[in-house]
Amino acid sequence: MLIYVLCIILFAIGLYGIVVKKNLVKIIISFGILDYSVNLFFILLGYKRDGIAPIMMKGQDKAQFVAQAVDPLPQALVLTSIVIGLGITILMVAIAIRLYDKYGTFDVMKMRKLKG
Amino acid sequence: MLLIILLIFMIAGAIIALETKNLLSAVIAVGAVGAGVSICFLMLGAPDIAITQMAVETLSLVILIRATISRDLTHVTAQKEVGGLIAIGVFMAIFVLFSTFALMEIPSFGKPLMTVSSHYVQNGLAQTGASNIVSAIILDYRGYDTLGEATILFVAVAGAIVLLRKKGRKKVGEKDE
Repeated sequence: MLIYVLCIILFAIGLYGIVVKKNLVKIIISFGILDYSVNLFFILLGYKRDGIAPIMMKGQDKAQFVAQAVDPLPQALVLTSIVIGLGITILMVAIAIRLYDKYGTFDVMKMRKLKG
Repeated sequence: MLLIILLIFMIAGAIIALETKNLLSAVIAVGAVGAGVSICFLMLGAPDIAITQMAVETLSLVILIRATISRDLTHVTAQKEVGGLIAIGVFMAIFVLFSTFALMEIPSFGKPLMTVSSHYVQNGLAQTGASNIVSAIILDYRGYDTLGEATILFVAVAGAIVLLRKKGRKKVGEKDE
């Protein structure tokens, strides 16, 4: 149970960074930390004690494999989620570079003026 | 046990990444967190995801360094706002409440439910012919998920290219409409 709590603390750090920080790059980093913690939580939920990776070797006993393999479904979902996280990061960095070109700063407090 | 040490290392890396003044060191600290996540995946019996996480981590580190390097150390307003602190307090209270409810419900560590996935593990090799059950799921049982993932990646890259384009379509002398 302690390991779930540590994972939730990592999530809370990311949430804190998104709400409080004023620097755009820090906000992007906080989104990344949120991403990591959620992915790790899914994999932790699917872990079986003394489990092996769900890859069937040649000549392996099938009953033993079924009994020992960890849950493959969260792994498949997290594989999709990691790639989507990369897409989100790319788009946010592009917007941040654009905003820096326009305003000359990463500070969100100085970007309040809308220029035409 | 080793997992707990790794998680504490990752929490320390995240705090350093958020609180340090220099943007470049913040980006490198978050790279350390990503590498820690990758090692955790490797220890939890998910080698495919560990490889993917390592590749994605390297790519996003390069992209973030591209965003921060050669920008001057931008000065950020130092004073904390009272509204932001109140908002984070309310958020945290609600979050802790709901996560306590959730922690009572979920199965304990090391004993997964495996309702649907036991079917995949038992029949995966016979039905799809793939010895790796994870690739059997993402490419066969849930192939539409992978199609959607490829679409999202394509849209994100197209959006980034459009945003970063320096030249516009209009010619120099042409008027705005």
